[in-house]
Amino acid sequence: MTDTPATSPFTRERFRAFADTEIAPHAAEFDREQRIPTELVKRLAAEGFLGAVLPTEAGGPGMDMVTFGVLHEEVGRACSSVRSLLTVHSMVAFAVNRWGTAEQRAAWLPGLADGTALGAFCLTEPGAGSDAGRIAATAERTGGGFVINGTKKWITAGQTADVYLVFAKAPNGMSAFLVDRATPGLRVKPLHDIMGTRGSMLAELEFRDCEVGSRALLGPEGMGLSLVGTGALDIGRYSVACGSVGISQACVEACAAHTARRVAGSAPLREHQLIRRMLSDMVTGLEAGRLLCRRAGALKDEGDPATVMATWTAKYFASTAAVSAASDAVQIHGASGFGAGAAVGRYYRDAKVMEIIEGSSQIQQLTIAEQAFQAAAGPRPSRSAAEEKVR
Amino acid sequence: MTTEQITSAIREFILGRYPELELRDDEDIFRLGFVNSLFAMELVLFIESHFQLSIPNEELALDGFRTVDAMAALVERTATSGVAAKG
Ligand SMILES: Cc1cc2nc3c(=O)[nH]c(=O)nc-3n(C[C@H](O)[C@H](O)[C@H](O)COP(=O)(O)OP(=O)(O)OC[C@H]3O[C@@H](n4cnc5c(N)ncnc54)[C@H](O)[C@@H]3O)c2cc1C
Repeated sequence: MTDTPATSPFTRERFRAFADTEIAPHAAEFDREQRIPTELVKRLAAEGFLGAVLPTEAGGPGMDMVTFGVLHEEVGRACSSVRSLLTVHSMVAFAVNRWGTAEQRAAWLPGLADGTALGAFCLTEPGAGSDAGRIAATAERTGGGFVINGTKKWITAGQTADVYLVFAKAPNGMSAFLVDRATPGLRVKPLHDIMGTRGSMLAELEFRDCEVGSRALLGPEGMGLSLVGTGALDIGRYSVACGSVGISQACVEACAAHTARRVAGSAPLREHQLIRRMLSDMVTGLEAGRLLCRRAGALKDEGDPATVMATWTAKYFASTAAVSAASDAVQIHGASGFGAGAAVGRYYRDAKVMEIIEGSSQIQQLTIAEQAFQAAAGPRPSRSAAEEKVR
Repeated sequence: MTTEQITSAIREFILGRYPELELRDDEDIFRLGFVNSLFAMELVLFIESHFQLSIPNEELALDGFRTVDAMAALVERTATSGVAAKG
């Protein structure tokens, strides 16, 4: 089974070569220094990877979603912090392209496509995470637009973004706004020393009487979460699922190499059956996660609504598989996996984040179970049966 | 495609996801309280893929998705506007 269309200039080999030369050798440094250099962001943009979610008419490379997933897997294999940057930027680019007016698209898409404007997604607050309904940020109407007040926390790429996609309660309900970094009243406070994805340049944002014009409103007022947020989170969740597959792949590769070198008893570690068991579980989780991601991506390419739940399932499975793979990878490496700068130690810390972001594992369990109950309540008419009826 | 054909396709999609629901075509699906935050997006994807159209952004208001009837009207408006058909 091939990953990427034969005619596409974007292949797994190309992504892998880029990740192996430009990202992987520096990933430990990004983790230690807690930043991703601007030069790398420029190179990602030049390759068309930053605007990957955008169609050609919006200045993007016109990548299909399966290929987009392979890109996020390969970047995630090399460095979850860089993949996180791609994730949130893609979420914003997707939302502007999908729900933006002609004016908003003209204002933001060229920069989002060529990387001169970086995007960040701002939903979480100190008092509201999984339960987004508890969001306290407000957007009050003024003569010319809205005044935003509130605090957003744990915002990936918040330190460096140029445009923030911000969710706040407007008079007609939860709404989405595109806020320029230069807007008076917006303060960006870097968050340091997080456990994993340490290079993802998180920030807390404070909005104090932040005035934005009515053209900042993205999508219909009151549908910020149900349409703009859900759509962007679907892309983010897909990216995180694929990035988690990348972490599992990195674990398998690290363990295959280490177990060939390291001798215990009279033989290399790879000859020990208990080690083989961990490796085989790792490979099985990796392959199954990759297939779930491939399915979610293919359904996106078809515009099939089933992609929404397929993406939840893929992210739930792939993130838990990555945590398990990374835990076993540290185990297999022993103290050398635990030491300063160990790649598998970084995979372990990074993998844990994947079970928290874009819908935590518990929220995914609740959603997937709810869907199962609904499906079990009665026969779901097949698409062809529905089509039969309308023709 | 007649209005009845459009209506029944939309109704079937909703009932396919929520089989226990008893739904009239003029009933507000949001007020019934069963719709989770993912479903609005699934509805948009369904309408666009099933009827082969792109809903223009100015049509993206909550009222257009409240009832089966409203969604059918949205499909008819979008389909006849001529600019919305997917390539
Ligand atoms: C590295 C990192 C990057 C992030 N980047 C962003 C970003 O770019 N933009 C953004 O908006 N946010 C971002 N976040 C925030 C992230 O989306 C939230 O952490 C996440 O939504 C969970 O919210 P919370 O942390 O408030 O946990 P809570 O919602 O307080 O949950 C705490 C625990 O309770 C569980 N729980 C919650 N509700 C239920 C329930 N009903 N039943 C059972 N268990 C439940 C959760 O699964 C979790 O285990 C980031 C977080 C991290 C760590």
